[in-house]
Amino acid sequence: MSEAAAKPAITPAIVAEHGLKPDEYQRLLQILGREPRLTELGIFSVMWSEHCSYKSSRAWLRTLPTKGPLVIQGPGENAGVVDLGDGDAAIFKMESHNHPSYIEPFQGAATGVGGIMRDVFTMGARPVANMNALRFGDPSHPKTRHLVDGVVAGISHYGNCTGVPTIGGETNFDAGYNNNILVNAMCVGLARTDKIFYSAAKGLGLPVVYVGSKTGRDGIHGATMASAEFDDKSEEKRPTVQVGDPFTEKLLIEACLELMATDSIIAIQDMGAAGLTSSTSEMADKGGVGIELNLDLVPQRETGMTAYEMMLSESQERMLVILKPGREAEAEAIFKKWGLDFAVIGVTTDTGRMVVTHKGSVEADLPVPVLANSAPMYERPYYIPIPPKPILPEWVPGPASILGALKTMMEHPQLCSRRWIWQQYDHMVMGDTVGRPGGDAGVVRIHGTQKGLAISCDVTPRYVTADPEMGTKQAVVETWRNIVAVGGDPIAITDNMNFANPERPEIMGQFVASVKGMGEACRVLDYPVVSGNVSLYNETNGVGIPPTPAIGGVGLVPDVSKLADLRLKREGDLVLVIGKEAGWLGQSLYQQITTGKVEGAPPPVDLADEIKAGKLVRSLIREGKVSAVHDCSDGGLLVAVAEMALAGGEPGQGLGVELFAYEGKQPSHAVWFGEDQGRYVLSVAPGDAEEVLERARLLALPGRIIGRVQGEALVVKGEPPLPLSELRAAHEGWLPGYMAAGVA
Amino acid sequence: MLRTSVIVFPGSNCDRDVKVAIERITGFPVTMVWHGDASVPASDLIVLPGGFSYGDYLRCGAMAAHSPIMRDVIAKAKAGTPVLGICNGFQVLCEAGLLPGVLMRNASLKFICRDVHLKVENAKTFFTQCYREGQVIKVPIAHAEGNYFADADTIGRLEDEDRVVFRYSDADGNVSPETCPNGAQRNIAGICSADGRILGMMPHPERLYELALGGTDGRRIFESAVVSLAAAA
Repeated sequence: MSEAAAKPAITPAIVAEHGLKPDEYQRLLQILGREPRLTELGIFSVMWSEHCSYKSSRAWLRTLPTKGPLVIQGPGENAGVVDLGDGDAAIFKMESHNHPSYIEPFQGAATGVGGIMRDVFTMGARPVANMNALRFGDPSHPKTRHLVDGVVAGISHYGNCTGVPTIGGETNFDAGYNNNILVNAMCVGLARTDKIFYSAAKGLGLPVVYVGSKTGRDGIHGATMASAEFDDKSEEKRPTVQVGDPFTEKLLIEACLELMATDSIIAIQDMGAAGLTSSTSEMADKGGVGIELNLDLVPQRETGMTAYEMMLSESQERMLVILKPGREAEAEAIFKKWGLDFAVIGVTTDTGRMVVTHKGSVEADLPVPVLANSAPMYERPYYIPIPPKPILPEWVPGPASILGALKTMMEHPQLCSRRWIWQQYDHMVMGDTVGRPGGDAGVVRIHGTQKGLAISCDVTPRYVTADPEMGTKQAVVETWRNIVAVGGDPIAITDNMNFANPERPEIMGQFVASVKGMGEACRVLDYPVVSGNVSLYNETNGVGIPPTPAIGGVGLVPDVSKLADLRLKREGDLVLVIGKEAGWLGQSLYQQITTGKVEGAPPPVDLADEIKAGKLVRSLIREGKVSAVHDCSDGGLLVAVAEMALAGGEPGQGLGVELFAYEGKQPSHAVWFGEDQGRYVLSVAPGDAEEVLERARLLALPGRIIGRVQGEALVVKGEPPLPLSELRAAHEGWLPGYMAAGVA
Repeated sequence: MLRTSVIVFPGSNCDRDVKVAIERITGFPVTMVWHGDASVPASDLIVLPGGFSYGDYLRCGAMAAHSPIMRDVIAKAKAGTPVLGICNGFQVLCEAGLLPGVLMRNASLKFICRDVHLKVENAKTFFTQCYREGQVIKVPIAHAEGNYFADADTIGRLEDEDRVVFRYSDADGNVSPETCPNGAQRNIAGICSADGRILGMMPHPERLYELALGGTDGRRIFESAVVSLAAAA
C-alpha cells in the first residue's frame, strides 16, 4: 500500500489547532520516532485531550476509594457496577456535556443524555432511570432563559423518546455560570451480575463490528473543544456539536440487549468522545491485541469523508462490537431487524499496532499500548486558599417576619419549584417509578421485584466555592442523606467534577481539595466512587465557574412497600427534627437571599453523626414509625417543613403545620433558616414522638418536637398564618412565569 | 380468558408497560406482535401502545399507520376486534382512519408528564363499563402532541353519538379550559368508534394500576375489557 499522496506537512500552527502544547508535540515525536501523519496527529490530539486522558486529574483521582464488598466494577470501564443482591446489578455513571450545551443547548443536552445511556447499556444494562444536574447563569442574564428552555427541551426530547424515565435532578441559577452552563447527565441501568459486558478485545482474528448510525462529519474534535476554554468566538464551534437521534438510540438499546442475550459478544463499547479512535484503541489495549481497520467499510452518511474525519467524528448512536468468529450473520440479522447499520470494519491482530487504511492507503500505523497509555500526566501546581472563618448567627440580620422571609425564599429562583422542568420529562415510563421527582431521591422499582433503586444528584456550589473540601464532603453526604430519607441503603456514587482551568494553581487547588473531601466522605460512609467524569476548562474569557463537583448517589431500597416520602399525611402528627442545630447561617440561602451576600464558612459535616442519624432514620422508616421524612438542606428547617406541607394531603391540597415556639439560645431566624448538616425532619404519630426522641438521645443525637400537622396554613406564634395556597402560588409561580416571559 | 396482542413498532416504549399491566390486572398472558408481521394472531383485544413509533418522524403515528401489521389491525378492527390505542396508539388510530380527528402539538408546545383528572363521559363502551358515568378518575398523561382537533361537523357527530369517552376535568369533575392540559377541543382526552369497540385515549391507564405507582384508577379499562368479553360470550 502507498502512503497518502498529498500529505500536508505538520506545522506548529497545525499542532496548535489540535490543542497540543509544543512540549506535548515533542513528546509525540519522541514516542513515534518520526513525524506523524495528519490522521495520526488527529488521533493523538483527541487521545491526549484533557477530556479523554484526564491528564490533569488522574493523579488525584487515584486517591479516591473505589472498592467495597458491593463493587463489581469501579472506574476504568464505561460505567461503574454494583451488586444489588439476588443476581441484580446496577450500572451507572454521570457525564458532562457543558460546552456543547452552551453553544447549542437543545442538541448539546440531548446528546449528553444519549452518550451517558450508551455508557450504561454497552455494559449489558437496560437503562432504567435518568437524572441530571443543571447549572444556569443568573436569571437576568440575557441568555439564561434561552439556555434553560433549550436544555430542558433537549433532555426531554431524548430521554422521553428512548423510553427511559427521568426521575429527578437539580437545578441552580448563579451568575458564575453566565457564560458556561453545566449540563451533567446521569444514567442508571440494571443488569444481571452474570451478564455484564466489558470492553477488552481479547483474542486474535476477531471481527471488529460497527453498529448503529452512519458516520458523518459532526462532532469532529468535540473532545478537544471540551478541553479548552471558551472565548467570544466559541459560537463558531457550533459545527463541533453533535446531533442526536433518540429514535435510533432506542433501536440501538433494543438491538444491543437482544445481541447480548446471545453469547456472541467478546467485548463492546460505545463510540463516545473521540469516536472510532478511542473505542478501537481502548478495546485493543485492554485486550492486549492489535487492530486493523478498513475505513472503506465504515457506514458513511456523507460522501468524500477522509480518514481523518472518520476517525475523529463524534456522530452519535454508534457502537463497536468485537464478536466471536463466525457469529457475524446472527448478529447482523438482529441489527437489520431493528433497521440499523451493521458492518465488519476490521479484525484483531497480533501486531500490537492499530493500522488504519482508507482507499488503499495506510492512514495511521501506531502502537496500541502507546496510543492508549502515553498521554502526559500532569501534577499541576496547586494552591488551596484558607477557607473563610465561621460567622456567628447574630451577624446576619433577622427578618421582619419569619413567614414573610420563608415566602420570599420559597419563590426565589434558588428554591422555587422545579416542576416546570421535570414535568417535561416522562418520569413514569417503564411502569416502575415509585418515587417521583420532587422528593429527596427518585426511586424506581427493580422490575418484577419489590426492591427499589434510590438515586439522588447533589452539590451546593456556594459551599464548595467557600471551602472545596468541606463543600464536596457535604455534596457526598447530601446524596447519602437523600437516599436514607426514602428508606434506602446508600451503596456507591458517581461524580462529575466541573471545574475551571486547572493550569491556574487556585483552580487546581479547588480540585485537589474537592477530591480530598470526596475521598474522606466516601471512605467513612463506606460509599465508594465507582465511575465519574472530569470536566475542566469551564471558563470563558478567563472567568471560571464556581467549582461544582456534582455527586450522583445510588442506593438500594430493600422493600418498596416501606418507602418513605416527604408528604405529610395525617392531621395531628407531630413534626420532629433530628440532628444538631447550631443556627449555621454562613453560606446559607437565607443569607444570600436576604442580604445578597454569601459569607463565612459553609456548614461543617460530621460524618460520624451522619452515620448514626442515617441508621436511626432508616430503622424508623422500616419499622413504620414515621409518616413522612425529609432531608434538611438548602434553606434550612423551615423550608424543609414548608416543602413537606406543600406536598401534604391529596396532591394539590397540602397539609399545614402549627410550629411551636423555639426556646433555645439561638436567634430564631438562625434556627429556622440555618443550614446545619446531618438533620432530618420527620412526622410521627403523637404516641411515637417520645420513643423516637429517646432513641436519638441514646445515639447522642439531639432532637425536638417542632410542630403539629394541622389545617391548611403554616402558623408561627405572633405572626399572621401563611396559607398554603399563598405559599404554593409563590413557590410554583416563579419558574413558569420566568419562562413564559418569552424565549429569545 | 382475554387474548391480548400488543403491537410493537420501532420506537414504541410503553409496550412492555401495558403488557405487564394487563397481565397483572387480568391474569392472562399477553402476546407481543412485531410491526413487520403480516397478521395479528386471533385476539380478543389489540393494543397499540404509547411511545414514539418511527421516532415521531413525519407526524406522530403517521408512519406506524402504514406499517405492514396495520393492514391486519384495521381489518380485524373493522370486523369487530376491540382495539385500544394509548397515547401514540391513539395517534396511530387517527392516522389510520379508525378514529376521526388529529392530535396536534400541545398548546404549551411542551411535553407534559403528570397526573390529570378525567371525567368518564360514556361508561357503556367495551372499555369503560366498570366505571360510572360522570365518575372522575386520575390517570397520567405524558405527551407533546395530545391536542385533539377535528372539524366542527366531526366534533358535533362525536358528541351526538356519545363517542367522547373521557374529558380532562378537575378533581370534582368540572370541565373548563383551565382543566385542559394540552388545548384539546372540548377537553377531549379519549374517543371511541360508533360501536364503542375502538378506543383512543391520550392518558396512560397502564401507568396507574397499583397503589405503589400512585393510584389504581387505570385498572378498570382492562377490567372492563374482561367483563365485556365475558358478557358477550
